[in-house]
Amino acid sequence: MCGIAGLIHRGKSSKVGHELQGMLQALKHRGEDSTGYALYGDTEGKNFIMRIKVGENVGEGSSSIAEDISVYDERKKIVDSYLSELGAKIVKEERTLPYSLRYEIEYNKKDLLEFSQKIESIPGVEILSMGKSLEVIKDLGNAKMVCDRYNLDKVVGTHAIGHARMATESGVDIKSAHPFWGYPFSDVSVVHNGQLTNYWNNRRALENKGMRFMSECDSELIAVYIAQRMREGATLEEGMKESLSGLDGVFTYFVATKDSLGMAKDTMAAKPLVLYESDDLVAMGSEEIAIRSILPQEIDTYDPFDGEVKVWQI
Amino acid sequence: MANLKTSEKKTKSQAMGMHTEVLTGRTQQKFFNPDEAENFYYFGTYDVDFNKRTDLDVKDMTAAEANKKIDGLMSEGYGTIVIKNPQGKHSLGVGILNKLNLIFEGSLGYFGMGSCDGPIVRINGRVGWSCAENLMAGKVVIEKNAGSCFGAAIRGGDLICKGSVGARTGIDMKGGTIIIGGDAGAFTGFMMQRGRIIILGDVGINLGDSMYDGTIFVGGEIGSYGSDAVDSELTKSDQDWLRRKLKVAEIGQNFDVSKMKKIVAGKKLWNYDNLEPTEKKGAI
Repeated sequence: MCGIAGLIHRGKSSKVGHELQGMLQALKHRGEDSTGYALYGDTEGKNFIMRIKVGENVGEGSSSIAEDISVYDERKKIVDSYLSELGAKIVKEERTLPYSLRYEIEYNKKDLLEFSQKIESIPGVEILSMGKSLEVIKDLGNAKMVCDRYNLDKVVGTHAIGHARMATESGVDIKSAHPFWGYPFSDVSVVHNGQLTNYWNNRRALENKGMRFMSECDSELIAVYIAQRMREGATLEEGMKESLSGLDGVFTYFVATKDSLGMAKDTMAAKPLVLYESDDLVAMGSEEIAIRSILPQEIDTYDPFDGEVKVWQI
Repeated sequence: MANLKTSEKKTKSQAMGMHTEVLTGRTQQKFFNPDEAENFYYFGTYDVDFNKRTDLDVKDMTAAEANKKIDGLMSEGYGTIVIKNPQGKHSLGVGILNKLNLIFEGSLGYFGMGSCDGPIVRINGRVGWSCAENLMAGKVVIEKNAGSCFGAAIRGGDLICKGSVGARTGIDMKGGTIIIGGDAGAFTGFMMQRGRIIILGDVGINLGDSMYDGTIFVGGEIGSYGSDAVDSELTKSDQDWLRRKLKVAEIGQNFDVSKMKKIVAGKKLWNYDNLEPTEKKGAI
């Protein structure tokens, strides 16, 4: 059991970091092994923001093996040199935690595949997100802990999706935590609640097409699946609709891009989702209490039906 | 009922040494002995007065605290309780085994009004998954929408949702009536064993899948039929019943019930019939 939440403000910005923290914290009983945020912040849209990890959080019940901080330092040095080789100029960098880095970079090529492959060729290094407004922040612990650790409370933006995870089929570590970046697409992220039963079949087929998997978490498949469909020319909505038959199992998932937010529910409708929709805000979560954390007044909500796909624009 | 404790008759399995346990608990025979009627204790029941009314704000309470408070108010004789600020909390109003007029001014989360026997409930909002699961008797009215597994395994009572409901409505239901004013999702009536479901709107795929018995009435379009679900003739008696039921439920009163579809189980299971165990005894 995991919990997912998402919101999109239409025509305005808001403190999405704070709002999503409240929604995910309300769902913490669904899992607090790890929590992840995909925040679409207000940026100039000129430079890329890359969130990257050079190691794992080895505390808080982690299933990862401890490494010396000097190993992280060494990996960071290689990342910096590779960025230079790729022609990416570092405008700003922050090292929030020894294993977690945020870069603002000038990079002019549109295709991020070569870029990502080069950076992730360094063992132990994973790009958590790459985009001009997207930032994926994920770590072990509940929503409040992760929010405080990364100071997300003040992030202003238009939309966000997040995930409170109870680890079931893969380890308690950052690499298995959601959201997953829609590699190698700029500004695409995915969160998922459920289980996919044709994970390995799909994974092998997608790996043969050159797509990459960083974890053994079945949810990562959705991000890769959608990204591959978009790479072949499908729109986000088309990719999501195809996923209803292409993915087997039970699932409710959200996908966000720089200007849209979508949801899909499997044909068994086995995983919960409650939705609130108004002219200026769409909020949704695994349980109504997530929505209530930002809208305490009486509102009209509903459960999307089986096999339903919806996409909203900012 | 046989007195297992003193029975000298050995069954084959007992002779084979498969029974070593000696039953020492209360037997059903003792529990329901009419000679001891004055000693019966009906758990969780109180004498309440419907005219004695109070409000209860549960905004800062956990579900357990709120439910305990409702129980306490019933023990004080309150027969009408208005719950303020439920705010989508889970498991509110569960286990009420009493007559009670209960009103929620807002929405409930999961498992609201579960395992109840007797109350009349109005929810002026929405309910999450598994509302009124295992309802034995009483009436629960939801003014807005409901989540999945609405009325799962109910055995009696009326469960009414004026809006739309999610998937698996009436799953495993064993009696009672579920009325939906709007649409219903996939697997409605999944494995239902008895009772009736009325849906005025459309219904999703696999309607009545693996149903044993019971009846489903649908006013709108049907996504698809599940295995074992078949159409049946809508009789005049059915139409009269539908009109009366909708009128009492204050829902769809102008709805043309003569155009509704009636769906029943098309297969009789070898080990199942629609008699209550007590009725079966009489038949034997």
